[in-house]
Amino acid sequence: MEKIAVLVEHRQDEVRDITFEMLGKAHQLVGEGGEVIALFLGDPSQKGLLDAITPHAHRVIAYLDTNLKNFEPLRYQAAFSQIFENVDCQLILMGQTAFGMDLAPAVAAKWEIPFTSDVVDIEASDGDLMAIRQMYSGKVNAKVSLKAGDKRLLTVRAGAFPAEDIPTVSGEVQEITGAVEGDFSARTFVEYLEAAVGDVDITQADIIVSVGRGIKDADNIPIAEELANALGGVVACSRPVADKKWLPKERQVGTSGKTVKPKVYIALGISGAFQHQAGMKNAGTIIAVNKDPKAPIFGIAHYGIVDDLFKVVPALTEKVKGIKG
Amino acid sequence: MDIIVCIKRVPETAEADLVIDGTKKAIETDDLVYSINEWDNYAVEAAIQLKEAEGGTITVISVGPEENNEVLRRALAMGADEAIRLTDPAFEGSDAYAMAKVLAAAIKDMPHDLILTGVQADDDGFGATGVALAQMLGLPYAALVTDIKKEGDTLTVHRELEGGLEEVDTLKLPALLTIQTGINEPRYVSIMGIRRVAKKEIAAKGAADLGLSENDVGLNGSMSQIEELFFPPVGEGAEIIEGTMDEKAETLVKILKERGGIA
Repeated sequence: MEKIAVLVEHRQDEVRDITFEMLGKAHQLVGEGGEVIALFLGDPSQKGLLDAITPHAHRVIAYLDTNLKNFEPLRYQAAFSQIFENVDCQLILMGQTAFGMDLAPAVAAKWEIPFTSDVVDIEASDGDLMAIRQMYSGKVNAKVSLKAGDKRLLTVRAGAFPAEDIPTVSGEVQEITGAVEGDFSARTFVEYLEAAVGDVDITQADIIVSVGRGIKDADNIPIAEELANALGGVVACSRPVADKKWLPKERQVGTSGKTVKPKVYIALGISGAFQHQAGMKNAGTIIAVNKDPKAPIFGIAHYGIVDDLFKVVPALTEKVKGIKG
Repeated sequence: MDIIVCIKRVPETAEADLVIDGTKKAIETDDLVYSINEWDNYAVEAAIQLKEAEGGTITVISVGPEENNEVLRRALAMGADEAIRLTDPAFEGSDAYAMAKVLAAAIKDMPHDLILTGVQADDDGFGATGVALAQMLGLPYAALVTDIKKEGDTLTVHRELEGGLEEVDTLKLPALLTIQTGINEPRYVSIMGIRRVAKKEIAAKGAADLGLSENDVGLNGSMSQIEELFFPPVGEGAEIIEGTMDEKAETLVKILKERGGIA
């Protein structure tokens, strides 16, 4: 591949990490002599965001229009109809994020661009590409080929590629200021709502006892609370527990919840989907208790116990209480 | 309000030991238990809550073999009014794009004010079918929806963004939403409830009924195709603590003391 375009993802006047993750992978794929193109859609007042991107793309195409201040898929699509006429590239990358998932499948369908989603790796071979994506909640990987086409589109999983050490090049900025036109009233952005502040801020805790689907019932949460209290820590959870309202949303660790970095993270009955791992993988020490020896959580935990949490936790709580007297 | 909900029947794989089959392009499914895709269950509940507030009808659609009638009947027992199954050998191997074409062909001639799908399916995890379907039907849409309010012909929805942030959008009906887990508390389905709808007829439609050719669907009509399945490389992995329960707890306490895990 000679030319790869990356759609810059920005929100609340900040370029998001996924952008750099995609730029890094694009550099690797185009190799010497290729071109990495960053596509930036935004309000003219957001031009300052380009400073972070320009050093990492051979060319930045900045589509600036007051209609593009916030991410709105209908407006982005209208801009794309002009961009696609002007930009020559074989591959377009977007994030498999709240932003890309709300845009890429529609772009692929509208322009019939061969597409697949939630890619964790991209392999170039003989001028063609293979996408690696995960199925069955990350238990199986699939190598996927795409139909032939002038352009292809992939959405890339957040965290699949490093956001650091991206090659620095001298990028040129090409501004397009033509108006984005159309009737966009069918969907209108209103506002952002910040996450609710709970009684406990899990991001500040040194010790976290976190529960997943394996806790089985809201009535079992006190088992984890008792351990957390004995250790001087707090209780957090994975998505299924928050979905079922067994613990409040602000206790949820993961992509759509909080990112935590405690000294010790004890994962009880958490399988360890990548969205959960994204929120806790940088904890100092990770201890996992799970009945399933193949649970992905054991892939990133430092210590593991393959056993029933309902036996392990009371035994551990008792010992901890014992030494603390 | 006429609501259509697209639902999928998927294998439960969270605690199963998966085996890749001889073709290397699929997993062995004989020993797996199937159920409604978790996201779709929330979508059915969302539809029922809207119907309870606004009136109207709910039609559930599923693509797949006769076994899919199980998840369709389950949705009927929850409160859906009609169920349609789209089935044809030609649909096999469809990716999100081809699947959206199948659904669009069926839905375009049905009355619809609102279409709901799950954000993604637990098996192939594309997270793309709903949004592609909206594009094909020419409808405004929102993905990752965690709240829905209706006023007249306008919906106000919340979308789940990263890090606990939400986005509020308004949409004009007709529209399509992809529903995120946790949006509601799906109601319990009793055996009695399933029995009540056991005799309800579920129409089945094939590619020809939908005006689709073999080139539109299946592998031919897909944008992507699985070449090979393999198990993800295993990371360095955890040091597994063995012994009696007392020894395990003892070892854990030692680790916790060393690593600052006891405040």
